Amino acid sequence: MNSRSNVLFDAPGPAARRRNNVLTLLATTATLGVACLVYAKFDEKGQWSGQLWRHFITASTWTEFIIPGLTATLKAAALGAVFALAFGAAFGVARLSDHVWIRRPAGAVIDIFRSIPLLLLIFFMFYLSPTLFGSGDYTLLALIGGLTLYNGSVLAEVLRAGVLAVPRGQSEAAYALGLRKAGVMWHVLLPQAVSAMMPTIVSQLVVLLKDTALGYIIGYQDLLSYGFQILPANYFGTRVSSAIVIAAIYIGLNTMLSALASWLEQRPFAPHERRPLALLTSE
Amino acid sequence: MDELVRYAPPLAVGFLKNLQLAVICAVISLLAGTLLVIMRVAPTPVLRAIGGVYVNVFRNTPLTLVLAFSALGLSDTLGLTFSSTPSTNSFWLVVLGLSAYTSAFVCEALRSGINTVPMGQAEAARAIGLTFVQSLRLIILPQAFRSVVAPLGSVMIAMTKNTTVAIAAGYLAESSFVMKDTFDTTGVSIPIFLGLVVAFMAVTLPIAFGAGRLAARFAVAR
Repeated sequence: MNSRSNVLFDAPGPAARRRNNVLTLLATTATLGVACLVYAKFDEKGQWSGQLWRHFITASTWTEFIIPGLTATLKAAALGAVFALAFGAAFGVARLSDHVWIRRPAGAVIDIFRSIPLLLLIFFMFYLSPTLFGSGDYTLLALIGGLTLYNGSVLAEVLRAGVLAVPRGQSEAAYALGLRKAGVMWHVLLPQAVSAMMPTIVSQLVVLLKDTALGYIIGYQDLLSYGFQILPANYFGTRVSSAIVIAAIYIGLNTMLSALASWLEQRPFAPHERRPLALLTSE
Repeated sequence: MDELVRYAPPLAVGFLKNLQLAVICAVISLLAGTLLVIMRVAPTPVLRAIGGVYVNVFRNTPLTLVLAFSALGLSDTLGLTFSSTPSTNSFWLVVLGLSAYTSAFVCEALRSGINTVPMGQAEAARAIGLTFVQSLRLIILPQAFRSVVAPLGSVMIAMTKNTTVAIAAGYLAESSFVMKDTFDTTGVSIPIFLGLVVAFMAVTLPIAFGAGRLAARFAVAR
């Protein structure tokens, strides 16, 4: 619990303690009730039978299904992240350009890709690719393309906000030292912007990692499709148990990345006073 | 351009389904998110824990998995059905999954809003003898809501765009499915894609604009 919510209530007195105990009892009962209901429902449908869970302790389930799926997910996420960061840096800087003919188109591209539903973009690229490049498997290409354009546009805005938040004295000093525009941006503004926006950038990468699951819809064989289609097809009736296991994997991965983001936010050398408050990530 | 004109009616019907989903999910997720944030700051540790676990689970699970699970897991395997008509049933399953997912983000936005309320406000509320619920209802939440209008707007925009993922829950009536279906029969069509892009922008841009205006109007002067 953070210190802020502490301020919302006093250290409980006798009456509040009683009320707390009643609420605790109620909440626990309700939670247990829901848990029992889920348990009973699972039981009724035979979801607890060892048959449905046993294959998770055999090595082949992991080596043949889950690890390849996880690798594919991480591959898409890593490629998407690299391209999105590059796209974001390029367009974020372009939108800050002094030339209107660079600034406006870059801004339009960013605004358009941020407002398109990602799945529509992925579908479009998936169906467009064969027309452009001949037949082949374009699931990964479409997925990475969509992730790059969408998350890259969001990251461009994040970087732009970061650059704008760098105190003006920094760029004035850099100009005074005789640096050109590119030098000021590259040596002075961008490093500070990236450092200040690091937590936001990492949370956007969590979004990107989660969005790789959209590949499932166009048939990219990622963790979701291995765990939710291929695995249940091999072990009949394991849909629910598989879903629970892969959900746990996704949650673990994202929690680690989120923990990294909050560590970056609280690290002792963070430029606290300059960090903009705006919540820029979107899911 | 011809394709767009020819397929405009089914696309429009699909897009209306997106809007329907968005409106219903907006109402449910705003209410559920508020409830969650009250739990997350409550004096009762159990309530805080439940709220925290819920938010962390749903925030870190891909929406595609949430929706696919609500259809294939909850409905098919565990037998949760809203209606005997398959399309109505999957519509409500999408509402369930998308609202459950979005309310976690609403909760987080509101919690950051609560963090912006100066400590003195809460202390003053306690000093005049308001209980926890009273101080939340009368002092904290009104200010918190006012300071997160813009982030809530972004959450709602993301949710509107996320209605396209309904396809993962087997709901085959909204516009992204109609577009995919059309591409399957006629091949890729740039006008159809652009038409849908414009349609979505026509919804999301006003939300962004409206949220910005409201945020400026409601901003708490401090």
